[in-house]
Amino acid sequence: MDHFPTNWGRPRNDYQDAYGTYPIHQRPRNPSTDAFSDAVKRTQQPIVTGTSVLGIKYKDGIMLAADNLASYGSLARFKDIQRLHAAGESTVIAASGDMSDFQYIQQLLEELMIEEFTEQDGHALGPAEIHEYLSQVLYARRSKINPLWNSLIVGGFKDGKKFLSYVDLLGTTYSASTIATGYGAYIAQPLLRKAVEGYEDVLTEEQALKIMEDNLRVLFYRDARSLNKFQIATITADGVRISEARQLDTSWSFAEGIRGYGAQTQ
Amino acid sequence: MTSIGTGYDLSASTYSPEGRIFQVEYANKAVENSGTAIGLKVKDGVVLAVEKLVHSKLLVPAANRRIQTIDRHIGLATAGLLADGRHLANRARDEAANYRETYKSPPPLKAITDRLGLYVQAYTLYSSVRPFGISTILGAVDKDGPALYVVEPSGVFYGYHGAAVGKGRQLAKTELEKLRLSEITTRQAVKEAARIIYLVHEDSKEKEFELEMSWIGDETGGFHLQVPKDLQEEAEAAAKAAVELFE
Amino acid sequence: MLDMHSVPQQQPQGRQFNPYTENGGTILAIAGADFSVIAGDTRQSEGYSIQTRYAPKVFRLTDKAVLAVNGFAADGNMFVKKVRQRLEWYRHAHAKDMPIRAIARLIQTMLYARRFFPYYVYNILGGIEEDGTGAVYSFDPVGSYERETCRAAGAAQSLVQPFLDNQIYFKNQTPAAGTSFPSHLPLSTVLSLVIDSFTSATERHIEVGDGLEMYVVLARESTALQGVEGIGGVQEITMTEEGHRVFVIRRELKKD
Repeated sequence: MDHFPTNWGRPRNDYQDAYGTYPIHQRPRNPSTDAFSDAVKRTQQPIVTGTSVLGIKYKDGIMLAADNLASYGSLARFKDIQRLHAAGESTVIAASGDMSDFQYIQQLLEELMIEEFTEQDGHALGPAEIHEYLSQVLYARRSKINPLWNSLIVGGFKDGKKFLSYVDLLGTTYSASTIATGYGAYIAQPLLRKAVEGYEDVLTEEQALKIMEDNLRVLFYRDARSLNKFQIATITADGVRISEARQLDTSWSFAEGIRGYGAQTQ
Repeated sequence: MTSIGTGYDLSASTYSPEGRIFQVEYANKAVENSGTAIGLKVKDGVVLAVEKLVHSKLLVPAANRRIQTIDRHIGLATAGLLADGRHLANRARDEAANYRETYKSPPPLKAITDRLGLYVQAYTLYSSVRPFGISTILGAVDKDGPALYVVEPSGVFYGYHGAAVGKGRQLAKTELEKLRLSEITTRQAVKEAARIIYLVHEDSKEKEFELEMSWIGDETGGFHLQVPKDLQEEAEAAAKAAVELFE
Repeated sequence: MLDMHSVPQQQPQGRQFNPYTENGGTILAIAGADFSVIAGDTRQSEGYSIQTRYAPKVFRLTDKAVLAVNGFAADGNMFVKKVRQRLEWYRHAHAKDMPIRAIARLIQTMLYARRFFPYYVYNILGGIEEDGTGAVYSFDPVGSYERETCRAAGAAQSLVQPFLDNQIYFKNQTPAAGTSFPSHLPLSTVLSLVIDSFTSATERHIEVGDGLEMYVVLARESTALQGVEGIGGVQEITMTEEGHRVFVIRRELKKD
């Protein structure tokens, strides 16, 4: 309990100190908080980044995939980073973009989940609620010109319903039966659509896994910020499962015959 | 002043000449009038139980809970003013969240109890506030295993193997002392807790009551949860039988 | 040894976070004598990528007003959310739905409040006026608005609006001697024009396609429905007994 009136704070626009509570040298300046009022630049760029993440619907629920790399510019800086985060019993977040912002988001979600748990009211946050929450947080931050630099996929399964949605640093959202962020949007998305659209209720877990591995392999061949070590998350009626890190088998023998660019010109 | 007593009991910021703070002692009276709350720290967890006196048949069953959840692994039971209990639980949640934010790990119960003790104590210092009219039992299973504390209106707190506060605390404490608390399981403790609450309830004087029970331990995966319905019913049936035998 | 002077000095790059993007798509609305049609495609895109083939841009606000929102999708969704919140507060205060004329003014106020950090969205509001006539209001991102008979906005505005000017307002047409153009068209004609507008825009604009959602707000006593029995997939979504009637018609558009 604070009994010093000077610490109680003032009404927001109380420029004069009507009650004489402040010594002159420490009167509050009542900083206004619109985006243009201060000279401090909050504009940022991502520093330690994760590349594309993928998400698809399949027969039993949702499958997400992300490799284990966190890059520092072009440097492959951290090679055992988990980019899949379970939020509660029916949701997984897959994150690309700035990894420190992602860790902050994980912390926010952890706090939120505990808040909800302590209510003990029989309600649990599902994927739809978590996605809405994240989109409001990310939109609010972009509106302060201080974005959380991520593209996130939220995958979940609750009350017999599949959920797969996207949200990014601008607050842009959408749902689809296949989602890919970053380079994956250009390289993997067409392949995913071909393999998944129309088969959402048919694909088995084995088939879905094969699709994911094939796409991660293509990304590894073409995306210089990717890694051949990855994890898979499934969200089904049985709950959330995030796999151990796995190796991607790749073959480079085709490169033997390639001539005409790079160091090898003959 | 002469007609209204000594005047030393009007403010928490005034000592009596004997060095007592009457406002704090009055707060303890508020606790003594409340339904009993007990806590048992046993081999593999903690059990909390509350005798919730139902002062009107019009009340919805299971409403106005006196056992609350602070963090995944921390439970809190209060005896005294219901609203004070809710306020302190909210404060405890904030403290737990703050601990997690700072250290990125689940708070040990001692850390939370320590902060709550400071908070409660601050309400014994000023003339502008009244002390909390509650005694608070905190239970958890943290990194060091099961833990149980009681915070009193003065802000002082102690650790316990078995704790009892409220109207029936004397009898409850006697019963708790008979148990080998460090050897029994939470499942057994649930039954003992139910029995004790039924035992201390004076149904000649009191109205109806509702038994509220929660547990934390291996059986709940380390979460603070309400005792499941079937076990609660089983424990209550056994408690009723045991009390009839006792009488 | 390397000649250090020949290494090009890297200039500090000024990069600023851009809080906006453009998510494509097109919306349009046409007012009839006692009805209003509000439509939009369902594709959401960014750059050359289709993000999803189904993201609604047209929203039922009340049983007499439907709002179409186009531009930056995140702003659009937030704007619709806030408008709906204000309409709910109005219902709590006055126990009735806000008239469309007032909704239009509300939207202008809300948009202009963000004059210096605008919602990057073009709004078209359609519905039934208190006098029972079909209405269309169109807005720019900072709240400038007017009531019109028809309006197209979004990616394919430049393709659709001239077509509408010609077919609704009969611009660049001369009536046959002794005749005059009708001031209002029947619902069946309007729906045909909307469908043709979107199939054409889908052909010629890469950001338009996938699906079409047409909302029809019908004055309660209107007989405009007669003559459109041929159109399939009509679904009534009227919520109240006393308000006007709202229908939605969903159609496929080409997905390439």
